[in-house]
Amino acid sequence: MKSVKILLAAAAASSIGVSAAWAGTLDDVKAKGFVQCGVSTGVPGFSFTDDAGNWQGFDPAVCQAVAAAIFGDPSKVKYTPTTGKTRFTALRSGEIDMLARNTTWTFSRDTDLQLTFVGVNYYDGQGFMVPKELGVTSAKELDGASVCIQTGTTTELNLADYFRINNISYEPVPIETNEEARTNYEAGRCDVYTTDASGLAATRAVFADPSAHIILPEIISKEPLGPLVRQGDDQWADVVRWTLNAMINAEEYGVDSSNVDQMAQGSDNPEVNRMLGSEGDLGSMIGLDKQWAYNVIKNVGNYGEVFEAYIGSDTPIGLERGLNAQYTDGGLIYAPPMR
Amino acid sequence: MAVAESHMDQGFTFSKLWRDKRYRGVLMQILVIAGLFAFVTFIVHNAIENLAALGKTFGFAFLNTPASYDINQAFIEYDSRSSHFRAGLVGIINTGVVAVCGIVLATILGFLFGVLRLSNNWLVSRLVYCYVEFTRNVPVLVQILLWYGIIVNSLPTPKVAAADHGIWDVIFLSNRGLYIPAPVFGDGTWLAGIALVIAIAFAIFFKIWAKKTQDATGKIYPVFTINLAVIIGLPLLAFAAMGFPLTWEIPELKGFNFKGGAVLKPEFTALWLALSLYTAAFIAEIVRAGIQAVSHGQTEASYALGLKPSWTLRLVVIPQALRVIVPPLTSQYLNLTKNSSLAIAIGYMDIVATIGGITLNQTGKEMECVIIVMAIYLAFSLMISLFMNWYNKHIALVER
Amino acid sequence: MTDISQDKSALQDDHGPDYAPGTHPSLPPPSSSVGPIHWIRVNLFSSIPNILLTILAVWVLWATIPGLLNWALFDAAFQGDSRSDCRAVAEGACWAFISSRFGQFIYGFYPVELRWRVDLAAIGLVMALVPLLFDKVPYRRFGLYFAAAYPFIAYFLLMGGLGLEPVETSKFGGFMLTMVIGVTGIAVSLPIGIVLALGRRSDMPIVRVLCVVFIEFIRGVPLITLLFVASTMLNYFLPPGTTFDLLLRVLIMVVLFASAYLAEVVRGGLQAIPKGQTEAADALGLTYWKAMRLVILPQALKISIPGIVNTFIGLFKDTTLVIIIGLLDPLGIGKAALADAKWQGLAAEVYIFIAILFFICCFGMSRYSLYLENKLHTGHKR
Repeated sequence: MKSVKILLAAAAASSIGVSAAWAGTLDDVKAKGFVQCGVSTGVPGFSFTDDAGNWQGFDPAVCQAVAAAIFGDPSKVKYTPTTGKTRFTALRSGEIDMLARNTTWTFSRDTDLQLTFVGVNYYDGQGFMVPKELGVTSAKELDGASVCIQTGTTTELNLADYFRINNISYEPVPIETNEEARTNYEAGRCDVYTTDASGLAATRAVFADPSAHIILPEIISKEPLGPLVRQGDDQWADVVRWTLNAMINAEEYGVDSSNVDQMAQGSDNPEVNRMLGSEGDLGSMIGLDKQWAYNVIKNVGNYGEVFEAYIGSDTPIGLERGLNAQYTDGGLIYAPPMR
Repeated sequence: MAVAESHMDQGFTFSKLWRDKRYRGVLMQILVIAGLFAFVTFIVHNAIENLAALGKTFGFAFLNTPASYDINQAFIEYDSRSSHFRAGLVGIINTGVVAVCGIVLATILGFLFGVLRLSNNWLVSRLVYCYVEFTRNVPVLVQILLWYGIIVNSLPTPKVAAADHGIWDVIFLSNRGLYIPAPVFGDGTWLAGIALVIAIAFAIFFKIWAKKTQDATGKIYPVFTINLAVIIGLPLLAFAAMGFPLTWEIPELKGFNFKGGAVLKPEFTALWLALSLYTAAFIAEIVRAGIQAVSHGQTEASYALGLKPSWTLRLVVIPQALRVIVPPLTSQYLNLTKNSSLAIAIGYMDIVATIGGITLNQTGKEMECVIIVMAIYLAFSLMISLFMNWYNKHIALVER
Repeated sequence: MTDISQDKSALQDDHGPDYAPGTHPSLPPPSSSVGPIHWIRVNLFSSIPNILLTILAVWVLWATIPGLLNWALFDAAFQGDSRSDCRAVAEGACWAFISSRFGQFIYGFYPVELRWRVDLAAIGLVMALVPLLFDKVPYRRFGLYFAAAYPFIAYFLLMGGLGLEPVETSKFGGFMLTMVIGVTGIAVSLPIGIVLALGRRSDMPIVRVLCVVFIEFIRGVPLITLLFVASTMLNYFLPPGTTFDLLLRVLIMVVLFASAYLAEVVRGGLQAIPKGQTEAADALGLTYWKAMRLVILPQALKISIPGIVNTFIGLFKDTTLVIIIGLLDPLGIGKAALADAKWQGLAAEVYIFIAILFFICCFGMSRYSLYLENKLHTGHKR
């Protein structure tokens, strides 16, 4: 009996790390040697585990980029799978350092929930997917339908508002994870699956016959998705924000993982030189080394590369750049200059 | 300490505090209270400080703000503009509904399986044994998910179900639920209602009177049969007198779903079946043990007195078995109610899914929501305990 | 008269040789009362309701077993790299999914090259449990010492340290997580449960009331709400800036939960000990704790063991609930794996596999509990 109590004491002593949860996250991260990153429990393309159990995808790539910026090594990340329900608590309690997950930037989350969104890495909007055989062409025709929704997300609230405004009745089928939603939709438990359009495309991609399903034209909400951190630690927020911005700028300037070595020698573009550390020392301004952005691009790639690798048109997910093209190509992806 | 000194006899010495049993008891209790007080102060202080650091407040005012989400099974009026409080009420009712339905079905199945387990039919008793062992030893959450998976994946979609005409085109089984015609009562139903009240009053009175007569004269009336006939017959008669003001609303495929009629949703059905079958396995074992606990001598003695087998069962065996069965049965009912909280895994909107799930998540009021959910389950547990304790006393052996 | 004589002659004809009284060899029982036919008649067709029951049972078997067997065995695919591979081979279950993820189901995300440590801890668990559970084991004494040291060994093996590479608890998952929660839960909650049970029977009113309130509160709420407390609220109650490992928070709640249930089991055991035992101990001048330790508890715990094992089975099954707060037990691993596009739609395989996994463990334990009950029962038989 005694031994058991001692064990508990030992376990408690070793796992209670007293850390200042609201400041100095960067120092903490450097001290412990890895970034603790919250990801979703599984959205094809955006975050998933491969057969070896490693987290991959568009969202974990942001975590890997941050790790690369800090340590020069993208593998220094530990992942915490979070559900729609647990994600904010996990972040606020200091259990995770950052959350890279399909999370919509909203007013109340930014203010009331004490979070800081550092940017947008995917401009999304809530859409509807229906089987083609139903012959539905507009969301306005969905009266009486059963709709699968993920609980604990903004989609649930948007849906209620949208159908209320348009005076459409429906049966909500609340579901916890994307996978369950997909199985239920495929089995015909619901006629419609609603979530962010990117999620719909990702989900459609894994169906046996993707062309049998259509995404309706109505986009009923703005869903800017992006990584977020706790409010109150500006330095840490800056690190994550500028890591993301570096990836976006790199694409704009044509720096990618294959030519970054050559570019780092120095180029004609002073902005690229500043970013990659051959001119000035931007890194020290955010508490990182000179090579930080080089490490990000070298190890993880620029925004466009990451997009194409996990969710782009060559992947099973097959998303077009659309709104998420660089502003120079008519999209919304736009990062402040590196100077 | 002052209390201790004034109550204890004279000759108090300091060493008595740990030498004398009585003083030591008082000292221990004071220490326990002090420790508890310190602990509570510690956590309350921490909570206040942590909430302040997060800029959050503690309070239940959020319950009055609009919930903004829809709920698919609401027995009271509810829409997305209703308050979180109302969403909570919907959740409580849904929890109650599935708990009551589950308890009823689990009891029926449990008694049935318990008796079949003792059957001298080898095949049946083995089959029930396999069922009991398998169900008892698999986590109920897995069973809920499995049932839900089976219902959603293997039943036909509404279109197919409608095309197959269901049962006489009035009952449809699809993966959106089981649709049955719903009765719509017209004018004049009130008379049948009044008749029902009268019939029940008569039944109670007749039972008391029959008992008295039996005590006094030994004459036995078929109370149950007569009462059943009255309770069913009288309202029926009243109903007939008003010319059967009853129509049926038949479910019909309109657009995406069946409209009209009454429906058992797949989420409810999966939860209900899984909980009932799981608990029934435990009840079956309890019933078996209860019946076996009544010694065979009781049955033989009853036969020797000339009681019919049915009377023996009803008057001798069951009352004695119930005494063994009821206490563990109570804890099974409590378990079923608590297990109904697993509804959240399949999206049945019970109290955990509304207040403890969506509301918690949309408002960020973790502490308040969890407190509410816990309080409600405690209330449910308390009610079941009180009822079953009353029932247990009612059937307990009257000791003289 | 003639009738009788005729009967006699008929009898004599049948008999063959005459026997002296008492020397006739025993005849075999009539063919209608032995053998499979008789057995079937008595056990399956003894009366009309019995016949109906048999027909019903056969119908149930006929309706379920062939379909199930076809799906699970004859039409199942055991090899392949994706769901479409499976479907190409067979229509039934796709067990290839389970085998390709088997490692994850058992070890979670524990690093592959370090899995030997989990194996070692599991072997150690068996070695520690055998002398605890069965009393006729050679060298039982040393086994018990080992069992006492086992928690430290297991902690060291699983978590690392002292030269072993440390492993985060967030990597724990699968069946290993179930075992960690279950075993820690029961081992730590047993002493707490005993203290609570003693407290509930204490003479001191305040201690008694506190114990009753604690036990009834924990037993009155579902485990899932306690897990919510662990995942969302516990951090509020700790000094600002303290962060706890999620697994540790869950373990604390599981221990509180199990200790309340164990307290009731132990209380049952305590109540079964006649008051004379306490009085005799008092008369010998033993202090309260000595009386408890030397006289009452050994007897009470012995009677409670089946109940303790049953509580453990319940706790073991309840560990699946941790999925709701995001820990990846086998069920969680299964769900996470289902998000892999290659394997989508194989929920039935996952749930049935997990059901079988738990069934094997829990059924084994309930058999052990039965064995104990029988063993303990003989002590009271005359």
